[in-house]
Amino acid sequence: MNSAGNSGRAPPRAGRALPWALVTPALAWTLAFFVLPFVAMGLSSLTAHEGGGLTLANYSQFFTNASYWQAMVNSLQVTAIVTVVSVLLAYPFAWILAEQVPERWQRLALMLAVLPFWTSYVVRSYSWLLVLAQNGVINRALTGSGLIAEPLQLANTRLATVTGFVHFFVMLLTLTIFANLKQLSPSYRKAAADLGAGPVRTFLHVVLPLTLPGIMVGAFLTFVLCIGDYITPQILGGNNELLMPQLVMMQIGRRGDFPLASALSIILMAVVTLAYLACARWLKIERA
Amino acid sequence: MRGIVHIASWLYALAVYGFIFLPVIVLVLFSLQSTSFPIPPFTGPSLRWYEAVLSDARLTSALVNSLLVAVFSSATAVTLGFLSAWGFARFVLPGSGLLRGLITLPLTVSYLIIGMGLLVLFNWAGVPKSLLAAGIGHVVINLPLCFAIIYSQMGDHQINIERAARDLGAPEWKVLLLISVPVMAPAIFAGFFLSMTFSWDEFVISFLLTRFDTTLPVEIWNLLRSGLNPKTNAVGSLVFAVSIVLVVLFELTLLRRKPA
Repeated sequence: MNSAGNSGRAPPRAGRALPWALVTPALAWTLAFFVLPFVAMGLSSLTAHEGGGLTLANYSQFFTNASYWQAMVNSLQVTAIVTVVSVLLAYPFAWILAEQVPERWQRLALMLAVLPFWTSYVVRSYSWLLVLAQNGVINRALTGSGLIAEPLQLANTRLATVTGFVHFFVMLLTLTIFANLKQLSPSYRKAAADLGAGPVRTFLHVVLPLTLPGIMVGAFLTFVLCIGDYITPQILGGNNELLMPQLVMMQIGRRGDFPLASALSIILMAVVTLAYLACARWLKIERA
Repeated sequence: MRGIVHIASWLYALAVYGFIFLPVIVLVLFSLQSTSFPIPPFTGPSLRWYEAVLSDARLTSALVNSLLVAVFSSATAVTLGFLSAWGFARFVLPGSGLLRGLITLPLTVSYLIIGMGLLVLFNWAGVPKSLLAAGIGHVVINLPLCFAIIYSQMGDHQINIERAARDLGAPEWKVLLLISVPVMAPAIFAGFFLSMTFSWDEFVISFLLTRFDTTLPVEIWNLLRSGLNPKTNAVGSLVFAVSIVLVVLFELTLLRRKPA
Protein backbone atom coordinates (compact mmCIF):
# COMPACT_ATOMS: atom_id res chain seq x y z
CA MET A 1 0.00 0.00 0.00
CA ASN A 2 2.24 2.77 -1.29
CA SER A 3 0.43 5.97 -0.46
CA ALA A 4 2.59 7.99 -2.84
CA GLY A 5 1.42 5.73 -5.63
CA ASN A 6 -2.18 5.85 -4.43
CA SER A 7 -2.44 9.61 -4.35
CA GLY A 8 -0.74 9.92 -7.71
CA ARG A 9 0.62 13.33 -6.78
CA ALA A 10 3.85 12.85 -4.91
CA PRO A 11 6.73 12.32 -7.30
CA PRO A 12 7.74 8.63 -7.32
CA ARG A 13 11.36 9.43 -6.44
CA ALA A 14 10.37 11.40 -3.35
CA GLY A 15 8.02 8.54 -2.53
CA ARG A 16 10.97 6.20 -2.33
CA ALA A 17 13.45 8.40 -0.48
CA LEU A 18 10.98 9.72 2.07
CA PRO A 19 10.11 6.46 3.87
CA TRP A 20 13.79 5.71 4.41
CA ALA A 21 14.38 9.23 5.66
CA LEU A 22 11.62 8.59 8.22
CA VAL A 23 12.80 5.25 9.54
CA THR A 24 16.56 5.75 9.31
CA PRO A 25 17.04 7.91 12.45
CA ALA A 26 15.40 5.30 14.69
CA LEU A 27 17.26 2.45 13.01
CA ALA A 28 20.56 4.32 13.18
CA TRP A 29 20.04 5.05 16.88
CA THR A 30 19.29 1.40 17.60
CA LEU A 31 22.33 0.27 15.63
CA ALA A 32 24.71 2.81 17.16
CA PHE A 33 23.59 2.63 20.79
CA PHE A 34 22.18 -0.87 21.11
CA VAL A 35 23.69 -3.21 18.52
CA LEU A 36 27.16 -1.65 18.47
CA PRO A 37 27.49 -1.63 22.28
CA PHE A 38 26.50 -5.25 22.25
CA VAL A 39 29.22 -6.02 19.71
CA ALA A 40 31.70 -4.02 21.81
CA MET A 41 30.67 -6.01 24.86
CA GLY A 42 31.15 -9.24 22.91
CA LEU A 43 34.64 -8.22 21.81
CA SER A 44 35.51 -6.99 25.28
CA SER A 45 34.46 -10.31 26.79
CA LEU A 46 37.07 -12.01 24.59
CA THR A 47 39.98 -9.86 25.71
CA ALA A 48 42.20 -10.30 28.74
CA HIS A 49 41.76 -7.76 31.52
CA GLU A 50 45.53 -7.41 31.92
CA GLY A 51 47.44 -6.65 28.73
CA GLY A 52 44.69 -7.37 26.20
CA GLY A 53 44.94 -10.16 23.64
CA LEU A 54 42.23 -12.62 22.65
CA THR A 55 41.20 -15.16 25.25
CA LEU A 56 38.31 -17.28 26.40
CA ALA A 57 39.49 -17.02 29.99
CA ASN A 58 36.60 -14.75 31.02
CA TYR A 59 34.11 -17.40 30.03
CA SER A 60 36.06 -20.34 31.40
CA GLN A 61 36.32 -18.51 34.72
CA PHE A 62 32.57 -18.65 35.03
CA PHE A 63 32.58 -22.42 34.67
CA THR A 64 35.56 -23.03 36.94
CA ASN A 65 34.99 -20.50 39.71
CA ALA A 66 32.48 -21.99 42.12
CA SER A 67 31.33 -18.63 43.49
CA TYR A 68 30.35 -17.46 39.98
CA TRP A 69 28.39 -20.63 39.43
CA GLN A 70 26.75 -20.13 42.79
CA ALA A 71 25.62 -16.64 41.76
CA MET A 72 23.87 -18.09 38.72
CA VAL A 73 22.29 -20.85 40.81
CA ASN A 74 21.11 -18.25 43.35
CA SER A 75 19.70 -16.08 40.58
CA LEU A 76 17.80 -18.96 39.02
CA GLN A 77 16.45 -20.12 42.38
CA VAL A 78 15.31 -16.64 43.43
CA THR A 79 13.76 -15.99 40.02
CA ALA A 80 11.93 -19.32 40.03
CA ILE A 81 10.56 -18.76 43.55
CA VAL A 82 9.53 -15.20 42.71
CA THR A 83 7.81 -16.21 39.49
CA VAL A 84 5.82 -19.06 41.06
CA VAL A 85 4.80 -17.13 44.20
CA SER A 86 3.85 -14.04 42.18
CA VAL A 87 1.65 -16.00 39.78
CA LEU A 88 -0.06 -17.84 42.66
CA LEU A 89 -0.76 -14.57 44.49
CA ALA A 90 -1.71 -12.52 41.45
CA TYR A 91 -4.07 -14.92 39.71
CA PRO A 92 -6.79 -15.02 42.40
CA PHE A 93 -6.40 -11.28 42.88
CA ALA A 94 -6.82 -10.53 39.18
CA TRP A 95 -9.75 -12.95 39.08
CA ILE A 96 -11.46 -11.14 41.97
CA LEU A 97 -10.91 -7.78 40.28
CA ALA A 98 -12.29 -9.07 36.99
CA GLU A 99 -15.18 -11.18 38.32
CA GLN A 100 -16.22 -10.03 41.78
CA VAL A 101 -15.70 -6.27 41.68
CA PRO A 102 -18.63 -4.39 40.09
CA GLU A 103 -17.88 -3.32 36.51
CA ARG A 104 -17.79 0.40 37.16
CA TRP A 105 -15.29 0.11 40.00
CA GLN A 106 -12.93 -2.17 38.13
CA ARG A 107 -10.79 0.52 36.50
CA LEU A 108 -10.28 2.28 39.81
CA ALA A 109 -9.59 -0.97 41.65
CA LEU A 110 -7.02 -1.98 39.07
CA MET A 111 -5.35 1.43 38.99
CA LEU A 112 -5.04 1.38 42.77
CA ALA A 113 -3.70 -2.16 42.73
CA VAL A 114 -0.79 -1.20 40.51
CA LEU A 115 -0.09 2.31 41.82
CA PRO A 116 3.19 1.47 43.61
CA PHE A 117 4.31 -0.27 40.41
CA TRP A 118 5.14 3.19 39.10
CA THR A 119 7.86 4.11 41.50
CA SER A 120 11.54 3.47 41.04
CA TYR A 121 13.17 0.20 42.07
CA VAL A 122 15.41 2.15 44.43
CA VAL A 123 12.55 3.80 46.33
CA ARG A 124 10.48 0.63 46.40
CA SER A 125 13.34 -1.46 47.76
CA TYR A 126 14.19 1.17 50.35
CA SER A 127 10.54 1.17 51.47
CA TRP A 128 10.71 -2.57 52.05
CA LEU A 129 13.86 -2.07 54.05
CA LEU A 130 11.86 0.23 56.35
CA VAL A 131 9.31 -2.54 56.80
CA LEU A 132 11.75 -5.39 57.29
CA ALA A 133 14.64 -3.75 59.19
CA GLN A 134 15.80 -4.94 62.60
CA ASN A 135 13.82 -2.14 64.25
CA GLY A 136 11.37 -1.76 61.37
CA VAL A 137 7.60 -1.89 61.31
CA ILE A 138 7.15 -5.66 61.35
CA ASN A 139 9.69 -6.34 64.08
CA ARG A 140 8.32 -3.51 66.23
CA ALA A 141 4.80 -4.82 65.78
CA LEU A 142 5.83 -8.38 66.67
CA THR A 143 7.96 -7.49 69.69
CA GLY A 144 5.49 -4.81 70.82
CA SER A 145 2.61 -7.28 70.85
CA GLY A 146 4.76 -9.78 72.74
CA LEU A 147 4.66 -12.44 70.03
CA ILE A 148 8.44 -12.63 69.90
CA ALA A 149 11.10 -11.53 72.35
CA GLU A 150 13.97 -10.80 69.97
CA PRO A 151 13.58 -9.05 66.58
CA LEU A 152 13.78 -11.40 63.58
CA GLN A 153 16.49 -11.11 60.98
CA LEU A 154 14.31 -10.14 58.01
CA ALA A 155 16.41 -7.63 56.08
CA ASN A 156 19.59 -8.77 54.34
CA THR A 157 18.14 -12.19 53.65
CA ARG A 158 16.90 -14.02 50.61
CA LEU A 159 13.41 -13.69 52.05
CA ALA A 160 13.72 -9.90 51.84
CA THR A 161 14.87 -10.03 48.21
CA VAL A 162 12.01 -12.35 47.33
CA THR A 163 9.48 -10.14 49.16
CA GLY A 164 10.64 -7.04 47.31
CA PHE A 165 10.47 -8.84 43.97
CA VAL A 166 7.10 -10.49 44.64
CA HIS A 167 5.64 -7.09 45.57
CA PHE A 168 6.61 -5.71 42.16
CA PHE A 169 5.66 -8.73 40.09
CA VAL A 170 2.29 -9.32 41.75
CA MET A 171 1.33 -5.91 40.36
CA LEU A 172 2.75 -6.64 36.92
CA LEU A 173 1.06 -10.05 36.74
CA THR A 174 -2.23 -8.68 38.03
CA LEU A 175 -2.21 -6.31 35.06
CA THR A 176 -1.50 -9.00 32.48
CA ILE A 177 -3.82 -11.64 33.96
CA PHE A 178 -6.63 -9.13 34.45
CA ALA A 179 -6.37 -8.10 30.79
CA ASN A 180 -6.41 -11.78 29.86
CA LEU A 181 -9.52 -12.56 31.92
CA LYS A 182 -11.38 -9.57 30.50
CA GLN A 183 -10.62 -10.66 26.96
CA LEU A 184 -12.35 -14.01 27.50
CA SER A 185 -15.64 -14.00 25.72
CA PRO A 186 -18.52 -14.63 28.18
CA SER A 187 -19.98 -17.13 25.72
CA TYR A 188 -17.37 -19.70 26.75
CA ARG A 189 -18.64 -19.60 30.30
CA LYS A 190 -22.26 -19.63 29.13
CA ALA A 191 -21.56 -22.65 26.94
CA ALA A 192 -19.93 -24.47 29.86
CA ALA A 193 -22.90 -23.64 32.11
CA ASP A 194 -25.38 -24.77 29.43
CA LEU A 195 -23.56 -28.06 29.23
CA GLY A 196 -24.06 -28.49 32.95
CA ALA A 197 -20.68 -27.52 34.38
CA GLY A 198 -20.65 -25.87 37.79
CA PRO A 199 -18.59 -22.76 38.51
CA VAL A 200 -15.61 -24.76 39.78
CA ARG A 201 -15.53 -27.05 36.78
CA THR A 202 -16.00 -24.12 34.42
CA PHE A 203 -13.06 -22.39 36.00
CA LEU A 204 -10.77 -25.42 36.00
CA HIS A 205 -11.61 -26.68 32.51
CA VAL A 206 -12.47 -23.50 30.61
CA VAL A 207 -11.22 -20.27 32.19
CA LEU A 208 -7.88 -21.49 33.53
CA PRO A 209 -6.69 -23.21 30.32
CA LEU A 210 -7.76 -20.23 28.22
CA THR A 211 -5.80 -17.81 30.40
CA LEU A 212 -2.72 -20.05 30.52
CA PRO A 213 -0.97 -18.38 27.54
CA GLY A 214 -1.42 -15.01 29.27
CA ILE A 215 0.05 -16.40 32.47
CA MET A 216 3.02 -17.72 30.52
CA VAL A 217 3.65 -14.31 28.96
CA GLY A 218 3.48 -12.66 32.38
CA ALA A 219 5.67 -15.33 33.94
CA PHE A 220 8.25 -14.90 31.20
CA LEU A 221 8.26 -11.12 31.70
CA THR A 222 8.73 -11.73 35.42
CA PHE A 223 11.63 -14.05 34.72
CA VAL A 224 13.39 -11.57 32.42
CA LEU A 225 12.96 -8.52 34.66
CA CYS A 226 13.73 -10.42 37.85
CA ILE A 227 16.93 -12.13 36.76
CA GLY A 228 18.36 -8.88 35.38
CA ASP A 229 17.65 -6.63 38.35
CA TYR A 230 20.54 -5.41 40.45
CA ILE A 231 18.84 -3.03 42.88
CA THR A 232 16.40 -5.25 44.76
CA PRO A 233 18.93 -7.94 45.78
CA GLN A 234 21.58 -5.32 46.50
CA ILE A 235 19.39 -3.24 48.82
CA LEU A 236 17.28 -5.99 50.40
CA GLY A 237 19.47 -9.09 50.18
CA GLY A 238 22.69 -7.36 51.12
CA ASN A 239 25.92 -9.11 50.29
CA ASN A 240 25.16 -12.36 52.10
CA GLU A 241 24.54 -14.14 48.85
CA LEU A 242 25.30 -12.74 45.40
CA LEU A 243 22.97 -12.84 42.44
CA MET A 244 24.25 -12.53 38.87
CA PRO A 245 23.61 -8.77 38.41
CA GLN A 246 25.44 -8.09 41.68
CA LEU A 247 28.36 -10.19 40.46
CA VAL A 248 28.46 -8.20 37.19
CA MET A 249 28.38 -4.86 38.99
CA MET A 250 31.09 -6.02 41.37
CA GLN A 251 33.50 -6.60 38.48
CA ILE A 252 32.98 -3.03 37.29
CA GLY A 253 32.88 -1.33 40.65
CA ARG A 254 35.73 -2.83 42.61
CA ARG A 255 38.09 -4.05 39.93
CA GLY A 256 37.20 -2.18 36.75
CA ASP A 257 37.26 -5.55 35.03
CA PHE A 258 35.12 -4.76 31.99
CA PRO A 259 36.00 -7.94 30.06
CA LEU A 260 34.82 -10.22 32.86
CA ALA A 261 31.72 -8.08 33.46
CA SER A 262 30.96 -8.29 29.73
CA ALA A 263 31.37 -12.07 29.68
CA LEU A 264 29.10 -12.49 32.71
CA SER A 265 26.48 -10.16 31.15
CA ILE A 266 26.52 -12.19 27.95
CA ILE A 267 26.12 -15.44 29.90
CA LEU A 268 23.17 -13.89 31.74
CA MET A 269 21.64 -12.82 28.45
CA ALA A 270 22.17 -16.30 27.01
CA VAL A 271 20.19 -17.76 29.91
CA VAL A 272 17.33 -15.34 29.25
CA THR A 273 17.38 -16.24 25.57
CA LEU A 274 17.25 -19.95 26.44
CA ALA A 275 14.28 -19.28 28.72
CA TYR A 276 12.61 -17.40 25.90
CA LEU A 277 13.13 -20.28 23.48
CA ALA A 278 11.80 -22.77 26.03
CA CYS A 279 8.81 -20.52 26.72
CA ALA A 280 8.05 -19.92 23.04
CA ARG A 281 8.09 -23.63 22.31
CA TRP A 282 5.89 -24.38 25.29
CA LEU A 283 3.37 -21.77 24.16
CA LYS A 284 3.20 -23.24 20.68
CA ILE A 285 2.54 -26.69 22.05
CA GLU A 286 -0.29 -25.26 24.17
CA ARG A 287 -1.94 -23.70 21.14
CA ALA A 288 -1.70 -26.78 18.94
CA MET B 1 -21.61 -20.97 48.63
CA ARG B 2 -21.73 -17.70 46.68
CA GLY B 3 -21.67 -15.80 49.94
CA ILE B 4 -18.57 -17.64 51.15
CA VAL B 5 -16.78 -17.01 47.86
CA HIS B 6 -17.73 -13.36 48.10
CA ILE B 7 -16.43 -12.92 51.64
CA ALA B 8 -13.27 -14.89 50.91
CA SER B 9 -12.72 -12.72 47.84
CA TRP B 10 -13.04 -9.55 49.87
CA LEU B 11 -10.61 -10.78 52.52
CA TYR B 12 -8.11 -11.93 49.93
CA ALA B 13 -8.32 -8.69 47.97
CA LEU B 14 -7.87 -6.67 51.15
CA ALA B 15 -4.83 -8.71 52.11
CA VAL B 16 -3.22 -8.20 48.70
CA TYR B 17 -4.00 -4.47 48.74
CA GLY B 18 -2.44 -4.37 52.20
CA PHE B 19 0.70 -6.11 50.94
CA ILE B 20 0.91 -3.78 47.92
CA PHE B 21 0.46 -0.59 49.92
CA LEU B 22 2.34 -1.48 53.11
CA PRO B 23 5.76 -0.20 51.94
CA VAL B 24 4.27 2.92 50.34
CA ILE B 25 2.37 3.85 53.49
CA VAL B 26 5.44 3.26 55.65
CA LEU B 27 7.56 5.34 53.26
CA VAL B 28 5.21 8.32 53.21
CA LEU B 29 4.20 8.14 56.88
CA PHE B 30 7.75 8.17 58.20
CA SER B 31 8.77 10.93 55.79
CA LEU B 32 6.66 13.04 58.15
CA GLN B 33 8.62 11.85 61.18
CA SER B 34 9.85 14.64 63.45
CA THR B 35 12.70 12.64 65.00
CA SER B 36 15.78 11.27 63.25
CA PHE B 37 14.79 7.66 62.59
CA PRO B 38 12.05 6.51 60.22
CA ILE B 39 10.99 3.69 62.53
CA PRO B 40 8.07 3.27 64.91
CA PRO B 41 6.77 4.99 66.92
CA PHE B 42 5.55 7.75 64.65
CA THR B 43 6.50 11.12 66.11
CA GLY B 44 5.21 13.52 63.44
CA PRO B 45 3.70 14.98 61.53
CA SER B 46 6.47 17.34 60.59
CA LEU B 47 7.77 18.72 57.32
CA ARG B 48 11.34 19.13 58.48
CA TRP B 49 12.71 16.33 56.29
CA TYR B 50 11.08 17.81 53.21
CA GLU B 51 12.76 21.10 54.10
CA ALA B 52 16.02 19.20 54.51
CA VAL B 53 15.60 17.71 51.03
CA LEU B 54 14.83 21.05 49.41
CA SER B 55 17.79 22.75 51.07
CA ASP B 56 20.17 19.96 50.01
CA ALA B 57 21.93 21.29 46.90
CA ARG B 58 23.01 17.82 45.74
CA LEU B 59 19.46 16.51 45.83
CA THR B 60 17.87 19.53 44.19
CA SER B 61 20.45 19.58 41.39
CA ALA B 62 19.97 15.84 40.93
CA LEU B 63 16.24 16.48 40.71
CA VAL B 64 16.77 19.08 37.99
CA ASN B 65 19.17 16.72 36.20
CA SER B 66 16.60 13.94 36.33
CA LEU B 67 13.93 16.18 34.87
CA LEU B 68 16.25 17.42 32.10
CA VAL B 69 17.35 13.91 31.17
CA ALA B 70 13.73 12.70 31.25
CA VAL B 71 12.39 15.55 29.10
CA PHE B 72 15.14 15.52 26.48
CA SER B 73 15.50 11.75 26.20
CA SER B 74 11.71 11.30 25.99
CA ALA B 75 11.40 14.04 23.37
CA THR B 76 14.11 12.34 21.31
CA ALA B 77 12.59 8.89 21.78
CA VAL B 78 9.10 10.02 20.85
CA THR B 79 10.32 11.97 17.78
CA LEU B 80 12.34 9.04 16.44
CA GLY B 81 9.54 6.66 17.39
CA PHE B 82 6.86 8.71 15.65
CA LEU B 83 8.84 9.23 12.43
CA SER B 84 9.70 5.56 12.15
CA ALA B 85 6.17 4.43 13.06
CA TRP B 86 4.77 6.74 10.36
CA GLY B 87 7.30 5.47 7.86
CA PHE B 88 6.53 1.81 8.58
CA ALA B 89 2.76 2.28 8.76
CA ARG B 90 2.38 4.33 5.59
CA PHE B 91 4.95 2.92 3.19
CA VAL B 92 5.93 -0.53 2.03
CA LEU B 93 9.58 -1.06 2.90
CA PRO B 94 11.64 -4.13 2.06
CA GLY B 95 12.41 -6.14 5.19
CA SER B 96 9.88 -4.09 7.15
CA GLY B 97 9.10 -6.84 9.66
CA LEU B 98 12.75 -7.43 10.38
CA LEU B 99 13.51 -3.72 10.77
CA ARG B 100 10.54 -3.21 13.11
CA GLY B 101 11.82 -6.17 15.10
CA LEU B 102 15.21 -4.48 15.34
CA ILE B 103 13.68 -1.27 16.71
CA THR B 104 11.71 -3.15 19.39
CA LEU B 105 14.57 -5.52 20.26
CA PRO B 106 15.92 -3.47 23.23
CA LEU B 107 12.63 -4.20 25.04
CA THR B 108 13.77 -7.78 25.59
CA VAL B 109 17.14 -6.91 27.12
CA SER B 110 17.62 -5.90 30.74
CA TYR B 111 18.67 -2.34 31.54
CA LEU B 112 21.81 -3.65 33.21
CA ILE B 113 23.03 -5.17 29.97
CA ILE B 114 22.10 -2.11 27.89
CA GLY B 115 24.00 0.05 30.37
CA MET B 116 26.98 -2.33 30.41
CA GLY B 117 27.19 -2.30 26.61
CA LEU B 118 27.15 1.49 26.44
CA LEU B 119 29.71 1.69 29.22
CA VAL B 120 32.10 -0.59 27.33
CA LEU B 121 31.50 1.24 24.04
CA PHE B 122 31.90 4.73 25.50
CA ASN B 123 34.94 3.60 27.42
CA TRP B 124 36.61 2.44 24.21
CA ALA B 125 35.55 5.48 22.23
CA GLY B 126 36.81 7.80 24.96
CA VAL B 127 33.36 9.31 25.60
CA PRO B 128 33.36 10.60 29.19
CA LYS B 129 30.64 9.67 31.67
CA SER B 130 27.95 12.34 31.68
CA LEU B 131 24.23 13.05 31.83
CA LEU B 132 24.26 13.07 28.03
CA ALA B 133 25.57 9.50 28.01
CA ALA B 134 22.79 8.45 30.43
CA GLY B 135 20.24 10.29 28.27
CA ILE B 136 21.42 8.35 25.22
CA GLY B 137 20.82 5.15 27.18
CA HIS B 138 17.35 6.31 28.16
CA VAL B 139 16.47 6.89 24.51
CA VAL B 140 17.58 3.31 23.80
CA ILE B 141 15.11 1.91 26.36
CA ASN B 142 12.25 4.29 25.49
CA LEU B 143 12.42 4.41 21.69
CA PRO B 144 10.97 0.88 21.31
CA LEU B 145 8.13 1.78 23.70
CA CYS B 146 7.25 4.99 21.86
CA PHE B 147 7.48 3.21 18.53
CA ALA B 148 5.23 0.35 19.70
CA ILE B 149 2.60 2.67 21.22
CA ILE B 150 2.42 5.00 18.22
CA TYR B 151 2.66 2.25 15.61
CA SER B 152 -0.19 0.32 17.24
CA GLN B 153 -2.43 3.40 17.20
CA MET B 154 -2.01 4.14 13.49
CA GLY B 155 -5.30 3.17 11.93
CA ASP B 156 -6.68 3.27 8.41
CA HIS B 157 -9.07 6.14 9.02
CA GLN B 158 -6.05 8.39 9.50
CA ILE B 159 -4.66 7.35 6.11
CA ASN B 160 -7.72 8.77 4.40
CA ILE B 161 -7.26 12.20 5.99
CA GLU B 162 -3.66 12.16 4.88
CA ARG B 163 -4.66 11.18 1.33
CA ALA B 164 -7.18 13.97 1.22
CA ALA B 165 -4.44 16.45 2.17
CA ARG B 166 -2.15 15.06 -0.51
CA ASP B 167 -4.88 15.21 -3.13
CA LEU B 168 -5.35 18.84 -2.24
CA GLY B 169 -1.68 19.37 -3.07
CA ALA B 170 0.02 19.30 0.34
CA PRO B 171 3.67 18.24 0.18
CA GLU B 172 4.71 15.30 2.39
CA TRP B 173 6.25 17.43 5.13
CA LYS B 174 3.02 19.40 5.43
CA VAL B 175 0.96 16.21 5.62
CA LEU B 176 3.27 14.98 8.37
CA LEU B 177 3.32 18.16 10.45
CA LEU B 178 -0.20 19.50 9.92
CA ILE B 179 -2.21 16.28 9.61
CA SER B 180 -0.46 13.25 11.08
CA VAL B 181 1.07 14.85 14.16
CA PRO B 182 -2.19 16.44 15.39
CA VAL B 183 -4.19 13.30 14.58
CA MET B 184 -1.69 11.13 16.43
CA ALA B 185 -1.25 13.59 19.31
CA PRO B 186 -2.80 11.31 22.00
CA ALA B 187 -0.45 8.43 21.17
CA ILE B 188 2.49 10.83 20.93
CA PHE B 189 1.79 12.32 24.35
CA ALA B 190 1.14 8.89 25.83
CA GLY B 191 4.52 7.73 24.55
CA PHE B 192 6.14 10.87 25.88
CA PHE B 193 4.71 10.56 29.39
CA LEU B 194 5.43 6.85 29.64
CA SER B 195 9.03 7.52 28.57
CA MET B 196 9.24 10.30 31.14
CA THR B 197 8.13 7.87 33.84
CA PHE B 198 10.70 5.24 32.90
CA SER B 199 13.51 7.75 32.51
CA TRP B 200 12.61 9.48 35.78
CA ASP B 201 12.74 6.17 37.69
CA GLU B 202 15.67 4.59 35.86
CA PHE B 203 18.66 3.76 38.01
CA VAL B 204 21.20 1.32 36.64
CA ILE B 205 21.98 3.03 33.31
CA SER B 206 22.41 6.40 35.02
CA PHE B 207 24.50 4.75 37.72
CA LEU B 208 26.88 3.26 35.14
CA LEU B 209 27.07 6.21 32.76
CA THR B 210 27.23 9.30 34.99
CA ARG B 211 29.90 10.40 37.40
CA PHE B 212 29.60 13.67 39.36
CA ASP B 213 26.47 15.23 37.94
CA THR B 214 23.92 12.51 38.34
CA THR B 215 20.20 11.76 38.46
CA LEU B 216 17.91 11.55 41.47
CA PRO B 217 17.65 7.74 41.76
CA VAL B 218 21.46 7.53 41.85
CA GLU B 219 21.64 10.27 44.45
CA ILE B 220 19.03 8.43 46.55
CA TRP B 221 21.16 5.31 46.18
CA ASN B 222 24.07 7.28 47.64
CA LEU B 223 21.85 8.34 50.55
CA LEU B 224 21.15 4.69 51.34
CA ARG B 225 24.72 4.26 52.60
CA SER B 226 23.74 6.27 55.65
CA GLY B 227 21.10 3.66 56.52
CA LEU B 228 17.49 4.41 57.33
CA ASN B 229 16.86 8.15 57.29
CA PRO B 230 13.63 10.17 57.15
CA LYS B 231 15.27 12.41 54.56
CA THR B 232 15.45 9.41 52.21
CA ASN B 233 11.76 8.83 52.95
CA ALA B 234 10.97 12.42 52.02
CA VAL B 235 12.87 12.41 48.74
CA GLY B 236 11.48 8.93 47.94
CA SER B 237 7.94 10.19 48.52
CA LEU B 238 8.61 13.13 46.19
CA VAL B 239 9.94 10.80 43.48
CA PHE B 240 6.88 8.60 43.89
CA ALA B 241 4.54 11.61 43.65
CA VAL B 242 6.13 12.77 40.38
CA SER B 243 5.85 9.24 38.95
CA ILE B 244 2.16 9.13 39.81
CA VAL B 245 1.54 12.49 38.11
CA LEU B 246 3.30 11.24 34.97
CA VAL B 247 1.34 7.98 34.94
CA VAL B 248 -1.96 9.79 35.39
CA LEU B 249 -1.06 12.08 32.46
CA PHE B 250 -0.23 8.96 30.44
CA GLU B 251 -3.57 7.32 31.29
CA LEU B 252 -5.52 10.48 30.50
CA THR B 253 -3.89 11.08 27.12
CA LEU B 254 -4.19 7.48 26.01
CA LEU B 255 -7.77 7.06 27.20
CA ARG B 256 -9.14 10.33 25.90
CA ARG B 257 -9.25 9.08 22.36
CA LYS B 258 -11.32 5.98 23.23
CA PRO B 259 -14.77 7.61 23.51
CA ALA B 260 -14.29 9.61 20.30
